[in-house]
Amino acid sequence: MSDRETDVREIIQNNIRNKKGIVNKIMPVFFFIMASVSVLTTIGIIVTLVTDAYKFFSAVGLSEIFSTRLAPLRAEDPTFGILPLINGTIIITAIAMLVAIPLGLTAALYLSQFASPRVRKTVKPILEVLAGIPTIVYGFFAYTFVTPMLMSLIPTLESKNALSPGIVMGIMIIPLVASLSEDAMNAVPEILKEGSLALGSTKLEVAIKVVIPSAISGIIASFVLAISRAIGETMIVTIASGSSKAFTFDITRSMQTMTSYIVEFTSGDAGSGTTGYYSLYAVGLILLSFTLVMNLIAQYISRKYREEY
Amino acid sequence: MKEIELTNRINTTDKMVFDVKGLNLWYDQEQALRDINIGIEKNRVTAIIGPSGCGKSTFIKTLNRMVENIPSVRITGEILYHQQNIFDKAISVEELRTRVGMVFQKPNPFPKSIYENVVFGPKIHGIKDKNLLMEIAEISLKRAALWDEVKDRLKKNAIGLSGGQQQRLCIARALAVNPDILLMDEPTSALDPIATGKIEDLVLELKKDYTIVIVTHSMQQAARISDKTAFFLTGELLEYDETKKIFSNPQHKKTEDYVTGRFG
Repeated sequence: MSDRETDVREIIQNNIRNKKGIVNKIMPVFFFIMASVSVLTTIGIIVTLVTDAYKFFSAVGLSEIFSTRLAPLRAEDPTFGILPLINGTIIITAIAMLVAIPLGLTAALYLSQFASPRVRKTVKPILEVLAGIPTIVYGFFAYTFVTPMLMSLIPTLESKNALSPGIVMGIMIIPLVASLSEDAMNAVPEILKEGSLALGSTKLEVAIKVVIPSAISGIIASFVLAISRAIGETMIVTIASGSSKAFTFDITRSMQTMTSYIVEFTSGDAGSGTTGYYSLYAVGLILLSFTLVMNLIAQYISRKYREEY
Repeated sequence: MKEIELTNRINTTDKMVFDVKGLNLWYDQEQALRDINIGIEKNRVTAIIGPSGCGKSTFIKTLNRMVENIPSVRITGEILYHQQNIFDKAISVEELRTRVGMVFQKPNPFPKSIYENVVFGPKIHGIKDKNLLMEIAEISLKRAALWDEVKDRLKKNAIGLSGGQQQRLCIARALAVNPDILLMDEPTSALDPIATGKIEDLVLELKKDYTIVIVTHSMQQAARISDKTAFFLTGELLEYDETKKIFSNPQHKKTEDYVTGRFG
């Protein structure tokens, strides 16, 4: 071996010896601790919710909880039926989905299958700006712009109603559906599309008969995530849907969602230790389980169909 | 403008199915095909050979206009398909592709059942009768020498088939729309020798009813299955002749060097 080669060998050996030092042992531990923070936080939240929600469930009978009688602020004999809140949440979420799914899906189809690269480069960032608007601005928009506009179409519409925040929430969620569905559509291998084109399909037929079926798991996962986003959405409904605790299916009237119930109560009405106070934890727990289930469904769907192509 | 129906124009006594005249093709500024003139004869297997990047894949994809899916492609010259220029504005590219089927380098079955794969084309083109579709599926799978292997599992997902079976399924899928030409772009490059042998046997069988143009990297494959061979080099058609002649007594030194493995 020449001198130069021996030198290089020596440097490498020294370097490797040094790497066995303390830093290489400590860093992984440090990373583990950092990673644990989010896990511990999650556990902490669940423990808090469960313990305090338990106090609520033991104080209020199940038959009352699963009733439509919601009057938590009544001085004597307050009632805590959760069904009006669940009803409000589901109805507003459904309205939002009726807006977000068709618009998001068609936007995704257009962007991934038909738009020229130049159009895509301009439209996509604009669409994503929608996702960056603070939800309080959407709430404002719903209350001061959409509601009055809808009132001119539907004279019986109340100033606080379920329809307007539902629609605006849908608009807010379009980018989520569009962007995730578009990713799924873009992931469909080019050779599948070529196979279809080579059989004489038009671009539209390729999109509908090949791209959508192949991307269906990602598309459905985007729907489920959109639903869980809508369920958890707070500001728009608090501002534009009001706080009526009536159990109704009439979307022109005010409804309260689980999230806006929590907002109303944490803004000071519930004294610590009262049943109303503990009811917050119960609602929080139910809300958490709703979104958790939705996320699990999304994960299950995308895993189940992942190896389709 | 009313689209001319290719069907009415096909003269079955034509010996030449494709007559390519002065074909040039550019990707942006880069010229990929230079003044190609070639006639593809009916019921024969024409092999396209040449080193990587010589334009053979581009050429075959021009025959069914799949190359136009790449943005920034520019084409001059003409390709006559049964006397009709395929670049004519009056020609429907969709119909052309049902006449000129294509099999790709990598098997690309749809993530659907075997049956749904074969009847995909017929369904797209408006055939709804279940019995007719089943009949088409059976005939096409038999022609592609796959029927016996899959007849008991037509409803199973095609992704479960082996690579060679998938490729024969893709051939069946192309045959299901009744093409008269089959373009094959290196159809065996992703397959093992046994699956390759089956595809080669199939090609020899299919040429009775179809005209086949096959791009291949394998000299042996070209020699075994083709009647005529075209040698492409840097975008030009250097030599085109009977396969026997190309492999025994080529006109160009470069052709000889290539087919004897001295470069490429």
